[in-house]
Amino acid sequence: MNKSRVARAALCSLGIVVLLLGLVTACAPPTLAYPAKGITINVPWGAGGGTDRTARALAAVLEKDLKQPMGVVNRTGGGGVVGHTATATADPDGYTLGMITIEVTMMNWLGTTSLTYKDYKPIALLINNRAGITVRADAPWKDYKELMEYVKANPGKLKASGTAAGGIWDLARVGWLMAAGLSLDAVKWVPSAGAAPALAELAAGGVDICTCSPAESLPMVQAGKARILAVMADKRWDALPDVPTLKELGHDFAIGGWAGIAAPARTPDSIIDILDKAVEKAVKSPEFTNFIKTSGFWLDYKGSKDFVKFLEEQQETNGKLLKAGGFIK
Amino acid sequence: MLDIILQSLASLADPTVIAVILLATFYGLFIGAMPGLTVTMAVALFVPFAFFLDPVPALAAIVTLQAMGIFAGDIPGALLRMPGTPASAAYTDDSYALSQQGQARLVLGVDVIASALGGLMGAVALIVGASALAEFALTFSSYEFFWLALLGLSTTAFIATASPIKGLVAVVLGLFLSTVGIDITLGFQRFTFGNPNLLGGISFIPAMIGLFGVSEVLRIVLRGKMHLAYAKLEKGASFLPAIGTVWRYRLNALRGGIVGLITGVLPGAGADIGAWLAYGVSKRFSKEPEKYGRGSMEVVVEAGVANNSDLAAEWIPTLVFGIPGDAFTAVVIGILMLKGLRPGPAILHDYTNILIAIYVTFILANLLMVPFGFAAIRASSHLLRVPRNVLMPIILLMCIIGAYAINNDVFDVGLMLVMGLLGVLLEANGFPVAPIVLALVLGPLLEQSFMISLIKSEGDLTLFFSRPVATILGTLTLVVWILPLVPLAKKLITARQV
Repeated sequence: MNKSRVARAALCSLGIVVLLLGLVTACAPPTLAYPAKGITINVPWGAGGGTDRTARALAAVLEKDLKQPMGVVNRTGGGGVVGHTATATADPDGYTLGMITIEVTMMNWLGTTSLTYKDYKPIALLINNRAGITVRADAPWKDYKELMEYVKANPGKLKASGTAAGGIWDLARVGWLMAAGLSLDAVKWVPSAGAAPALAELAAGGVDICTCSPAESLPMVQAGKARILAVMADKRWDALPDVPTLKELGHDFAIGGWAGIAAPARTPDSIIDILDKAVEKAVKSPEFTNFIKTSGFWLDYKGSKDFVKFLEEQQETNGKLLKAGGFIK
Repeated sequence: MLDIILQSLASLADPTVIAVILLATFYGLFIGAMPGLTVTMAVALFVPFAFFLDPVPALAAIVTLQAMGIFAGDIPGALLRMPGTPASAAYTDDSYALSQQGQARLVLGVDVIASALGGLMGAVALIVGASALAEFALTFSSYEFFWLALLGLSTTAFIATASPIKGLVAVVLGLFLSTVGIDITLGFQRFTFGNPNLLGGISFIPAMIGLFGVSEVLRIVLRGKMHLAYAKLEKGASFLPAIGTVWRYRLNALRGGIVGLITGVLPGAGADIGAWLAYGVSKRFSKEPEKYGRGSMEVVVEAGVANNSDLAAEWIPTLVFGIPGDAFTAVVIGILMLKGLRPGPAILHDYTNILIAIYVTFILANLLMVPFGFAAIRASSHLLRVPRNVLMPIILLMCIIGAYAINNDVFDVGLMLVMGLLGVLLEANGFPVAPIVLALVLGPLLEQSFMISLIKSEGDLTLFFSRPVATILGTLTLVVWILPLVPLAKKLITARQV
């Protein structure tokens, strides 16, 4: 191939990029009472995942109440950074909202993005799937107490998994061991690409504990492959009323992977008020209640004001856990 | 039992369900046959619709669209050398070479029959062996996945290459590209240059579309003669000869089906890996390995069966343990949950009617594939009559849409174009692009399972051989590595004796 042909190919692709940029045109600003047109909800994770389903279930109810179409758009990639950024930098006109997840209070600590919860105006916290301590069904420990006795007697022997190193379920391990007064090496972390491969690894005997949410490990429990010894929550979960919380067991620690809805930071308060009320109504609707029940999620509704407080706490707690875990250099 | 079956058949006989299945057939065939548009994208776009459908039509639509899409991905692979989906990428060079040799109609016919056969094998495995196969899947830990990935890479690294060195360079380049992004084992960023779009790594589907689709479009543009159309499909019957060909390679078909089933039930290995592995296995045992990459009909049969038998098998860990095998089944779990069907072993007996409806749809979709598949081939032969200066811009547009729609991100369109240019440069200098795609698919699995194994074993390499399945896979891999050295060693010894 000669050089002019390469140049032609390069020129061709340049032309396409220019064309695409041209296609991105601005929409006319709204002047009517809010909402006067359809609303877009950005989801930083893939279609069909937990955050996506929550957004879609909420959108379906909101649509009826606000009498405007709600579009859910998956802005995936970049480990959640891309979608979170897309919402934070959208026009603050109330027509682009976004789901925000626990990562927004972790990524800035880890230095993956400068984005923080302050780049949003929170509307509502929706779900908060608490962490659990899941072991293989044939594991030798009958309950949490026996497990802890074993860990104390054999520090470093057991391995846990659930997410990447420094991911949400790794933080659950860090917080749990700290609350139990153990060193972080007492249960070692084996990273994984997510809860599903970690559970497969647990069943295959590769690791001993999965700290993912019981919402994720419940099918394995029902299959008789795993048992849940404790949940890292303030109160017991409706779906597993027999499983004690860490708090009851004397180790005061709770953590969960949460998802809520928020708007760009400069969105007017009048719009946030409308959305706050609409979401509160939607969350209490039979459709959404039913969605929570069938999906096996932990509902943790907080309105706009409480969600702000929650985010402040999360920012602080997760920073502490990440520091303790040695993830902040 | 019989009344449950009748009941689920009745639920399928509902006009909505039939309409949904037919629509999904056309949707799947169109998306699959369009270079650039992938089945993963198709199912993600389907999620909002699934929200409003009942469980049976929603799941029936997914089953149908997946089967049709994976088959139809073979069409542009054979005709334009652009695989419609990643699962067809493994044997694109072979089917294209065959169609250049005047066997386009036969190759496509064989694709239909092989796909339908593979799909039916997968369906039977799902119906008969779901529980047993799910148990098997759970015996795979990171050691086994490491060996599986290494075995796949080792057996297929040198596919379709005139020069093994250039093939190896392409593999290494692909492995390098697969290291971009946050390393999950240490949480460290690699080669991201502070760009958040690269944190999750090089997005595989835009890269594939670029390397295969865009690079081919660019190559045709560079070659000139844009006003010309492609060659016409040869005339004549294709149904019976296709069946005859598949029958001639029935052992390949059977082996491909089994390879597809095994990769399917393993969480973390999808239809694309199934097709690559089948390609490797086929070449290893073939009497004519020199034909591979230059138009081997037996590999079109074997890998064609494998990527479809994989599909139903992928549902097994998804349904029984709630552990999805790939992006596609992850969406399936989402839809099941939306419909209040929590995956788990209970699904096998609590929701028998829905389950049987899924089974029947699997069989129905693969039977429907035969007439609709041949119709699609006939329709696509008209495509070949379109002049290139009309066809190529349309394909490029589809590539742009397909790359964008995966993450709804313009960055991926740029990535696709860069990969397209890279593909042109590499091919012009004799470097094959297929190994890059293979390495992009297997690279993350290889690296993660290796690192996870090392962390688990605390650096003890002997543990890689500590489990039965791992030992078998590990030994196989070592054999694959050592075998090519045997003749070399013989030569050295005889040379010394002389």
